[in-house]
Order: sequence, then structure tokens, then C-alpha cells
Amino acid sequence: MSIHNKTIAQLSQGLKAGDFSSVELTQHYLDRINVSNLNAFITVTDELAMKQAQAADDKIAKGTGNILTGIPYAHKDIFCTNGVKTSAGSKMLDNFISPYDATVSHKLNQADLVMLGKANMDEFAMGSSNENSYFGDVKNPWNENKIPGGSSGGSAAAVAGRLAPFATGTDTGGSIRQPASLCGITGLKPTYGRVSRYGMIAYASSLDQAGPMTQTAQDAALVLNVMAGFDEKDSTSSERDVEDYTASLNDSIKGLTIGLPKEFFSEGLDDEVASQVMAAVKELETMGATIKEVSLPNSAYAIPTYYIVAPCECSSNLSRLDGVRYGYRCDDPKDLEDLYLRSRSEGFGEEVKRRIMIGAYALSAGYYDAYYLKAQKTRHLISEDFKKAFKDVDVIMGPVSPTTAFDLGSVKDPVSMYLADIYTLSANLAGLPGMSIPAGFSQNLPVGLQLIGNYWSESKLLNIAHQFQQQTDWHTQTPEEKG
Amino acid sequence: MEWETVIGLEIHAQLNTKSKIFSAAATQYGAQANSQACAVDLGLPGVLPVLNKEVVNKAIKFGLAVDAHINQRNVFDRKNYFYPDLPKGYQISQLDWPIVGEGEIEITLGDKTKVIGVTRAHLEEDAGKSIHDLYDDFTAVDLNRAGTPLLEIVSEPDMRSAKEAVAYAKKIHALVQYLEICDGNMQEGSFRCDANVSIRPMGQEKLGTRAELKNINSFKFLERAINLEVERQQDILEEGGEVAQETRLYDAVKHETRSMRSKEEANDYRYFPDPDLLPVEISDELMVQIKQELPELPQEKKARFITEFGLSEYDADVLTSQKPTADYFEKMIVNNADHAKLCANWIMGELSASLNKNQLELLDAPITADDLSLLVSRIGDDTISGKIAKDVFKAMWDGEGSADEIIEAKGLKQMTDTSAIEAIVDEIIANNQPQVEQFKSGNEKILGFFVGQAMKATQGKANPKLLNEMLRLKLG
Repeated sequence: MSIHNKTIAQLSQGLKAGDFSSVELTQHYLDRINVSNLNAFITVTDELAMKQAQAADDKIAKGTGNILTGIPYAHKDIFCTNGVKTSAGSKMLDNFISPYDATVSHKLNQADLVMLGKANMDEFAMGSSNENSYFGDVKNPWNENKIPGGSSGGSAAAVAGRLAPFATGTDTGGSIRQPASLCGITGLKPTYGRVSRYGMIAYASSLDQAGPMTQTAQDAALVLNVMAGFDEKDSTSSERDVEDYTASLNDSIKGLTIGLPKEFFSEGLDDEVASQVMAAVKELETMGATIKEVSLPNSAYAIPTYYIVAPCECSSNLSRLDGVRYGYRCDDPKDLEDLYLRSRSEGFGEEVKRRIMIGAYALSAGYYDAYYLKAQKTRHLISEDFKKAFKDVDVIMGPVSPTTAFDLGSVKDPVSMYLADIYTLSANLAGLPGMSIPAGFSQNLPVGLQLIGNYWSESKLLNIAHQFQQQTDWHTQTPEEKG
Repeated sequence: MEWETVIGLEIHAQLNTKSKIFSAAATQYGAQANSQACAVDLGLPGVLPVLNKEVVNKAIKFGLAVDAHINQRNVFDRKNYFYPDLPKGYQISQLDWPIVGEGEIEITLGDKTKVIGVTRAHLEEDAGKSIHDLYDDFTAVDLNRAGTPLLEIVSEPDMRSAKEAVAYAKKIHALVQYLEICDGNMQEGSFRCDANVSIRPMGQEKLGTRAELKNINSFKFLERAINLEVERQQDILEEGGEVAQETRLYDAVKHETRSMRSKEEANDYRYFPDPDLLPVEISDELMVQIKQELPELPQEKKARFITEFGLSEYDADVLTSQKPTADYFEKMIVNNADHAKLCANWIMGELSASLNKNQLELLDAPITADDLSLLVSRIGDDTISGKIAKDVFKAMWDGEGSADEIIEAKGLKQMTDTSAIEAIVDEIIANNQPQVEQFKSGNEKILGFFVGQAMKATQGKANPKLLNEMLRLKLG
């Protein structure tokens, strides 16, 4: 097996056994990144990576490392990294060298991980195709004419294209799960509040949550062990103790009740995607799970609700990008208003401007009640649907995306693009943990199975996913082997 | 036509916490520009606010002191607008769920009291400072102040004159200092007033259109600005015009107000709950604890001064109207409990006059409470007379030393030796026979002449009581 097809668990063993060093491993990935066409990275931090790899090797030699010491990874360019450009995929921050580390960055450093570079993404995490990056489209490793999904498209492409053993992602409306699904990897969005948002450039604060993007569920558990935890710098992070997410991976799933929301299998879902998803559910049934139909009646409102809440929050979150203190500033502003107007008009891309406009409009005097408040009420109803469903079932399953990866440049209408998020938004609105795991292929393109769990049930989701991956090999398929 | 003035005040009191409301940066005044602004204050991408719990405690204290309802669940909102000294493009404030709800406070004007309603008080962060006159082509921004905690105290439109507005502002000013939640320094901007002013025909219920006056940094200017605005509105209305709803800036130098922005130009702040901060939940235990920790408030102190020290209503009111004054008095009283009235007189008399003359605040007085207390003791124990004490006070003010040092150095100690006084009295009587005759024929007033002569002969050091007794005895 090529070294780059190994999982984190396998690489960790190899490093400890001395089969290869972190420096060799890191160089191997850097070489692969160097010849890759995927455009998965905005910044490759080769010098830093080699330094970190050397430090990791020293620790391994002394026997002072941990299970992740020396493992390379791709870091979504939304996480602030001290001394390294942090662009969030935007022209606005093309010149921004962060003077501090996000809590997630800090934790990954503390765990002796090796950052290969900053992964490409839709500008400020707004997009479902990674076509909204100032730094160019990312290509799907399975077919370079296809989109990798978004907004963590660079992260997903890096893992699927074997340019990194794992990547970090963030998920506001599906931005981990959807690209994971379209690229055939494993992606986990934890419960809102599980991973600190400090230093993660905010898109929609009440929805944003960071998580791991990996080859396997076991790897996701290993990485989440490092990423998760209370942070006094983030008031919305939970004080709840962090479990060892690897502890229950091998538990049996006999007696598990899987809920299938009928609303997730209706009109608009591609037939082949539907049949792959159902096949995966059947597989779990043969492993001892029972299937139950559930209803999430208000999920029909997930798209309009999300596309009010998220733009409202982003219109305010992105106000700090004003050309005054850092980031892009227009040439020769003639007065303050001109400085604001042109810096923001020139610095932001189309989709970001569209969402700022929607949000500013929805929050305006006279519209607030009709949009923002109503969306908050609907959001509550969506959460209540899940609460009710979880009285009867342990986990909810369905598709991640209505289709497989579509052609680059093929979806031009923003509303059609928004419809691609239909199955992922609800988990964000309710704050629930969600996962995407490889569940088959349709015309040589990966299909993902979505798992949505109750609050703080990451261990359960990882357990189910791991058990599924013990019985299937969808997650071990690679684009190269597909040829 | 007779007009009635209607005034409501919005007071911004800077809470005296060591660190900022949402970050760990220091709040000290006067530091080098931008040296007290951390990543959070600078509004860097990705940073998040974390509430400084101290500000909550201080706001609760204020609420309890004005008998207000405390919203034990209160919410921070974002007030969105663009300005270079507002780093995030929004100010974190409280709109629908302020920490302090309705309360009230009593003001005194002459011998009348009046209750003024407090509509609400909410927590918010201050903005930075834009400095327009430092560079020719640029505006400089100092973000040291950004994130400083403010308690915005909003009154009902209950005041009917500039004097009432000033009395209310002073009362709140004293209260926040009593509570030790704000240093009250108006020059440094720790205590700022905006005034909403409107007028209406006497007897009319409907409020007139108001103007909001900003940039007022002293009580004197508050009174002037309001009176100026009332005149301006009267002139407009009496000429048949209409008052525009607008924000007006007070210029203390030119003594004028000018329009800053009209209602139409006002921002739509697009308020919404800040998703980075959880609603504040105040436990019953904390409420009880803070209630117990509340210091003695002005009204209570005043009552105690009257019963404990036998002061008059007026004296007690003056002494308690400002916390530094009350503190000064209480310090003096430690060694002068028997001379409380004398202490009060010296604070309200010589000390107050000297401060006024030199335009000094009590806290900057060159004579400490302990120094003045010693001087009062020397009057009390008959070492010096009240008249001589005024000279000693002056010398103390000029830094010539303590009361005892000055009395010693200048030989001002009162003459209490009866035989010495007797000798002087005898001599004066011998030398002024015509006046002695006048006294004997019933002219009581002539006694003053003998006192004067005796004081002249003793450079004012003769004990007045002894001298009087001796004179009456000798003149028979």
C-alpha cells in the first residue's frame, strides 16, 4: 500500500515503529501537493512543515510523542495561524498574516501535528462548490471536471486526493459533510459548542462548527480527541467533559434504531444516490440495526430559515473587514465613505456580497420581525422535530447531497446552488452532530451517507461509522486506484 | 405663550473595572495610543468576546440602588454601524433585555424634592477615539478606549428645567461614586451626559419634538446647553416653525449647539442578539450577595449624620451630596466626634471657599481631612480661637506645615493666663477713662472697644471668653 493511502492510525504505527520518519512522510505529501492539479491549497507551508516534522521526529525518538505526533494535515484557511497567511478564501484577506493562533490551531500544534498548508475554501465559507474562492476553483480528485463540494472543498480534495492524511473543516450549513460526501471521505460536524470557534473566521456564529475530515471514522475520532473541548475564549463552547472518542468505536451496533426521515427521500433526490444510501442503510440492518420511518415536517423550511439566519449573522460578522485596520484597502480613497464602499466592493466576491445584502436587508428596521424573528421561530421548530424523532430512534440517516458532484461551472443560479444544502442545513440549525461517510458510487463519483445524532452523541456516530467501515470498503477506494 | 420644558437624560457611566468588558486588556486612562488594545479590541478576524463578570455585579449594584427591577436574564445585542473607531463594525450593547429595568431616584431642589424615573440601564462597550487634528491628511484612531465597559442610564422625560436636569445628573454622579462602580471623572469622560430636550405649550400633554444634545462634559455645560436649546426651540416655535428631530453637538467654547445629524440621516442599527454571547443569567444567590454588599447610600448617610452627629438637615444634605465630601467629613470626625458641627462648618466654609477660589476638586485639596481635623481639635481645646484658626488654615493651605507647627512657629497659641490678661485689661482701663465712664452709664456697646484694644495688645491671642469675663469684672 502506498504510504499516502494509509490512515492516521496506520501512519502513527509506522512512525512509532521507525518505518519512516515524519520528515520523510511530510516531504512525501509536500511532493504530492507540488505536482497536484487540484488547487486544494491556498498556501503551502513547506518550511514550517519540515520544521514541525523534525521536532516531531525528535519527540518520537525520545519516546515523548503522542498518537498523532508527526502526522501531517491540511488546515482549512479559515483558522487563524500565527505568522501564516489566513485568507478565508478572500481577496479581502489576501494580505492578512494572522498575529495569533486559533484555539484549534493551537491544539493541533500542541499535539505535535505537522501543518502542510492552508486548504482552499469558498470565500468566508460561503458556497457549496468551492467555486467562490478568490484563489480559484478546487477540483474533485475523482473527476477534475467536477466540483469537490464546499465550503471545505480544498480540505476534502486534499484528503481524497491523498495530499494529506486528514484535514480540518468547518461546517455552517453542510460545509464538512457535503464535500466529504462528494469526495468520498469521512467528515464529522460535531455538536455546536464542542469545538472552540475562537480564531475561526466567523461566517454565521450560531451555526459554525469545526470538525475533522479523514479517510476513516477511527481517524476522525483520533482528530476530534484533539480538537474538542471547552475554551474560555469562546463563550458558546461547552464545559462538558470531552470523551475519548475512540473508546466505543468497536461497540456492537446490534439493537440500534435508525430513523429515516421521509422528507429526506422525496422529490429532488437523485435516484442512484437514493439507492446507494438505501443500500448502506440495509447493510446496517444486516449488522443488527432496525429501521424506522420518522418525520421532520419542518425540515422543508430549512433552506429559507438558514438563508435568513446565516446572512444576518454574516452581514454583521464581516463588518470588521472595512479596509481600516487590516486586509484589503482600495487605492486612493477620496473620503471615508469611498474607502468603505470601494474596499468592500473590490475585496468581497459576488456570493459574499449577496449574503451581506440579504442579511442587512433582513435585519433592517421594519423587516426584522418578518425575517429574522420568524427564522428564529422556524429554527426552534426544526430543533423540536429532531427532539421528537430522537425519542424513537438513536440516529437519523439519509443522503448528504441530492446529487453527486456536478460539473464545475454548471450551476449558475444561486438559489439552485442553495438547494444542494437541503439535507445538511437542519443539523446546523438544530446544533446537532452530523457525519458523512462513503457509501458507494454513482457513475464513478462518490455517494455519502449522512448520520445525524442527538446532542453530544459524537461517540455513537463514530461507533456506527466505524462498524460500517469494518464491513464495507467504500472508504478505502481512491481516485488513483479507480484510474 | 408659556412653554414647558421636558428633559430626559442619557448618562454613560464608565464602570471602573481593571479589564475591558469583553477582553482582558487594561482600561487605564491616558496610556500610549493603542497600547491597551488586544486582538479582541482590534476586532481581528476570528476573535470572540467573553463577558467580564465584574460589570454585571456593578450594574446590579446600580439597579438595586435606584430601586429598579433587575432582569436576571438579560441579552447582549449587536448595534451595527460603520466607523473607524468601531473596530468590529458593531457595538455590543443591550436593546430589548437590559440588565436594569425601571427604577427611580429622588432629587432635591431647594426645599423641594421630586422623584425622577429611571427607564432602564444597560451594559455596553465603548468605542475607540478618532483624532482628527493630529495629522493633516489622516484621521488617527486610538483603540485604548474600545471595549471599556459602560453603563448607559436612561431617565424618563421627567425633568422640567435645566436645574432639575443638573440635580438629577449630580445625584446619579454621586450615586455611582458611592457605589464605587465609576470614578465619575467628567474631564476624562468617565461620566458623560446626553440630554433629550423638547418644549410644549404649558398644559399640553403631547410631547414636543426633541433634539438630543451631545458632547456635554460638565454640569455647568449641561445647564447652559439645555437653556440654550430651550431658547432655540422657543424662537423656532414662536416664529411658527417646526423643531426638527435631530442630534445636536454642544460647543462649550462658542456656547452654541449645531446639528450633527437629522432623523433621516440616523443609522438603521440593525440590532440583533449577539450570537457570540450567551444570555446573562443572574442567580438569586448573586442578587442576595450584592444586596448585602451594598455600601451606605447618600440618603441613609444623610439620615445617620443628622441623628448621630446632630447636624441640621441642610448640613447633612450638603455633606452627603458628594461621596468625597462625606468621606472627608467622616475622616475628620474620627478624632472630633464632639465637634461635628465645627467640622461641618469648616468643610462647608473655609475649605469649600478655598477650593472654589482655586478651582480645585476636594480630592486635590492641599489640606487633608486629618490636617483639618487637627486644626479643629485646636479650636476645640482652646489652643487657638476660631479667628486665629482662619490664619492657620491659610498657612496650611500654602503648605507651611501642620496646624501645630504653624501655631508654634507663629506663636499663635491663645493667651489663657488670667494674670497676664488681667494686667492688660487693667492697663487699657487706666488709659481709657472716658470709655469706662460711657460703659458705666449703660453703653454696653462700648465693651467691643475694650475687646478690640485687648486683642490688639495681644495680637488676637487673648482667649475671648476669659477676656470678656475679666473686662466685665473690672468695669464692674
